[in-house]
Amino acid sequence: MNSPTAHKEQQNQQSQATVRLALWTAAWLLMMAIAVFGSEFLWPNSKALAAFATVVHLAVGIGMILANKHHLHTLDEMHQKIQLEAMGITLGVGFVLGFSYSVADIAGLLATRMHISYFAVAMALTYIVSIVVGFRRYH
Amino acid sequence: MKNRLKTLRAERDWTQAQLAEALLVSRQTVNALEKGKYDPSLPLAFRVARVFELAIEDIFDDGVES
Repeated sequence: MNSPTAHKEQQNQQSQATVRLALWTAAWLLMMAIAVFGSEFLWPNSKALAAFATVVHLAVGIGMILANKHHLHTLDEMHQKIQLEAMGITLGVGFVLGFSYSVADIAGLLATRMHISYFAVAMALTYIVSIVVGFRRYH
Repeated sequence: MKNRLKTLRAERDWTQAQLAEALLVSRQTVNALEKGKYDPSLPLAFRVARVFELAIEDIFDDGVES
């Protein structure tokens, strides 16, 4: 049998990875707010500051992706499966919605332009629902 | 896939948490394995076999007769 220490260490790594992912996600959201509202209210005439904020937002986003990858590796195989299935469905929904919107836009079927944040909300909701369904299926 | 995990665990008087600790997985994963809701990967099946000191085919049954 594996020692209880190994299991405890694994759980600690998982907790640390979860906290790290939460911090990177919070930082990414904060940087997005700074980049968006900064360009609008704080430095409306400075292209250089707007570009800098955008690059920092992108860099923090890459950090968040890597933290998510690390978090996935700390999960056990069933939880990895639940997460990967949810991410796969979310990616699919994002692609299908995105391209359907693009086709409708090219065909001139849209009266108004939709903001990209609607796609982000749709993808986030899809991910949450997929995670809940995944957990219910295996638990 | 059917398995004898629950019986084997009960024979040894282990809790799901103890088995999860031995297999380095979560208790929820042990529960899903026991209920046959989740089929383990080959490395996890080997770990299960090692923990119970049995052959994999003595624990898991894919329902195909050889």
